[in-house]
Amino acid sequence: MNWLQSFLLPKAAATHASEVDGLFMFIIYLTVFFFFFNGALIFYAAHRWRRRSAGEVTPHTTHNTKLELIWSIIPLMVVMMIFFWGFKGYISAAVAPNDATEIVVTAKKWVWQFEYPDGTRTLNDLHVPLNKPVKLIMHSEDVIHSFFVPTFRLKRDVLPGRYTEIWFTATEPGVQQVFCAEYCGKGHSDMLAKIHVDTDEQYETFLREGDEQVRQMPLKDLGRLVYENKGCATCHSVDGTRGQGPSWKGIFGQVHQGTDGKGHLVDENYIRESILYPQAVVVQGFEPIMPTFQGLLREREILGVIEYIKSLK
Amino acid sequence: MADAHTLTGTGGATAHAHGDYLDDPKGIKSWLTTVDHKRIGIMYLWSITFFMIVGGLFAMLIRIEHLTPAKTIMDAEMYNRVFTLHGAIMVFLVIIPAIPGSLGNFALPLLLGAKDVAFPRINLMSLYLYWIGALMALGTLFMGGVDTGWTFYTPYSTTTGGGVTLMVFAAFVLGFSSIFTGVNFIATVHKLRAPGMGWFEMPLFCWGMYSTALIQILATPVLGITLLLLAMERLFHIGIFDAQLGGDPVLFQHFFWFYSHPAVYIMILPAMAVMSEVIPVFSKKTIFGYKAIAFSSVAIALVGFFVWAHHMFVAGMSVYAGAIFSFLTFFIAIPSAIKVFNWIATMWQGSIELKTPMLYAISFLLLFTIGGLTGMFLASLSTDVHLHDTYFVVAHFHYVMAGSNLIALLAGLHYWWPKMFGRMYDESLGRIGAVLVFIGFNATFLPQFVMGSRGMPRRYFNYLPQFQALHVASTIGAVILAVGLFLTLANLLASFRRPKGMVDNPWGGKTLEWATSSPPTTHNFEGQPVPLHGPYDYRPVPAPIGSEVHTG
Repeated sequence: MNWLQSFLLPKAAATHASEVDGLFMFIIYLTVFFFFFNGALIFYAAHRWRRRSAGEVTPHTTHNTKLELIWSIIPLMVVMMIFFWGFKGYISAAVAPNDATEIVVTAKKWVWQFEYPDGTRTLNDLHVPLNKPVKLIMHSEDVIHSFFVPTFRLKRDVLPGRYTEIWFTATEPGVQQVFCAEYCGKGHSDMLAKIHVDTDEQYETFLREGDEQVRQMPLKDLGRLVYENKGCATCHSVDGTRGQGPSWKGIFGQVHQGTDGKGHLVDENYIRESILYPQAVVVQGFEPIMPTFQGLLREREILGVIEYIKSLK
Repeated sequence: MADAHTLTGTGGATAHAHGDYLDDPKGIKSWLTTVDHKRIGIMYLWSITFFMIVGGLFAMLIRIEHLTPAKTIMDAEMYNRVFTLHGAIMVFLVIIPAIPGSLGNFALPLLLGAKDVAFPRINLMSLYLYWIGALMALGTLFMGGVDTGWTFYTPYSTTTGGGVTLMVFAAFVLGFSSIFTGVNFIATVHKLRAPGMGWFEMPLFCWGMYSTALIQILATPVLGITLLLLAMERLFHIGIFDAQLGGDPVLFQHFFWFYSHPAVYIMILPAMAVMSEVIPVFSKKTIFGYKAIAFSSVAIALVGFFVWAHHMFVAGMSVYAGAIFSFLTFFIAIPSAIKVFNWIATMWQGSIELKTPMLYAISFLLLFTIGGLTGMFLASLSTDVHLHDTYFVVAHFHYVMAGSNLIALLAGLHYWWPKMFGRMYDESLGRIGAVLVFIGFNATFLPQFVMGSRGMPRRYFNYLPQFQALHVASTIGAVILAVGLFLTLANLLASFRRPKGMVDNPWGGKTLEWATSSPPTTHNFEGQPVPLHGPYDYRPVPAPIGSEVHTG
């Protein structure tokens, strides 16, 4: 009955999905059997004992203890079996293995944001390694959402003010669909995401260079993304306002007065040095508080920041 | 009045004979101030019919919108309001009061051989509260609508705009309408049974109504409190459910389902109650397993209080809580299964006449079988994780709430229509209606099971193109269903063009309501009826009441 399973369920793409499918199909067979069983009894009775004359006398059967016990106990045994089967699947999906890759999921109206162990962030596109356990630690910034991956047979509500977790091991390379399953307003049905199940090589490339979208983004736009997402905006303005650090507006090509008393031309190498070794030159009037971004930014992202600063005239 | 029940004495009634309750007394004012359970039942019936049409129109708008994956006739905000109103109207204004309000009010005292319910004025107040609640619910349309879904989940419901507060108060008022009905039915069953009618000589409809009433008075106050807390959070920003105010959003779900899951049994028990009357009459055979059915009703009512969190397996509840609620939920399947087998056994070796009410009863048995069995997918933990909040759930609860409750209402309505109005509808059109409703219903909701198991989430305005074929099939089914329902309504209304009378006991029923005229007189019976035999005794020489000890 493989055709029935592939008619009813999307192709399973995670390890514990097959166990869920086994139970699902068992209950399907049970449902179909009892529907036709009851239906057959009803139609047989309605035909066999249809009223032929008004004066028909029927047997006065008030009960039959043996029969009633049979039709109470058999269903009871069947449903208890289903309970334990479902419980087993639920438990095995509840506790993630220790070596699972942890990814933080933030839901808000109406986007999914993913943050990887190395600080990489993506929006509505989740990259996970093939055949390796992945654990999602999820929370919401506004109302309740629900992270639903039909092909993984996986769903968990995402709550404000509380963390929920799920884990999975993806077994099929390619793209899987994510839905928001808890009604969250106007954009509920557009709150979709994709899971990209990458081979080890693809996953490494993603972590090193960002996802497809980032890799193809013009440098200047990438720089703005870094500025917004990696914390630069906390201290550096782009409109000339003085913050914890110098504003980036119009600084390219200028000369910065360092606390070492020398003037430093703001060029590509100066910006790169300031990102990777922030204490090398500190501009006069500012505290030496900037942390290093060594290992946190990709080469192309540093180039992007430089291009972005160039563009701020 | 061909039957062997007697009407003893005249109960102090003077010589003047009463007309039937529909005409005596006359005038709209006499209806609006009536305390007659039959008139109140009839007014409930017309009100529920009206709101069923309104809720049904909203359903058709949803189905038309889903003909295409993106916008068809309305935008996302409108869609969200439409599905909310469809749900809220159908749950609070139609399905919960449907059978108790109309058939229950009309038939329960008659079946017990009583002149009225125990508290006739409270009964009228229940109807007025229903109307007030209904007006408040419709009033939200003029306040920008409500877009929370009928479940009002926090914190969405405490942060969104529109008439949520008014809708919440509407549900609160409707809750009291429901409680008043429940109080009345419990007192009526306890105190107003005809002389000689013990608990196990009551028709099973009364057991069903009694069990329903237990839930109505025990669970509904919890909904009232929950909705008040919600209103306090919206109006005064008291942090109860909203995490940003220090509350717990999942707490709302516990409170809400503590009422709303038992409410599912407020919907199904009356449907089962109707079945236990219709099936024996049209099988001309005694009910099989009287006590099993009676106790199953009470068991469902009680166990129904301990399964609420099966709506929350993916809500962030602990794994062990999930396991316990899943375990308890499966126990509810057993009394339901027992009842279905009992009804089939009642048909066995009977003398079955497939009149319109019996066609609806068979329709109920088939649809409830699907509704019940598909519940197992959702009671079981691992499969529920996949199916929760998809169209599978939508299909499942429509099979139980509409497919069973609505179909049972139609069965009971066709069964008691001659009793209510003294007129008979066209039998052939009635049967055609029943078959169309059955086909249309399945065509609407079977595709939704498949959509759901394939991963289509519920409450989606836009959907992925891969689901379109199933959505279109579902919409076609909805059109067939609508045609069937309007044909049925027209057929029932057309009976008013036929002569009144001549249908005192058209089905050969053995219960007390058939021992009076159709329609009954204002005071139901001339004198106090005394049942002479059990409610389902179809033997040529019935055993005197009280002589049989039921053991099954």
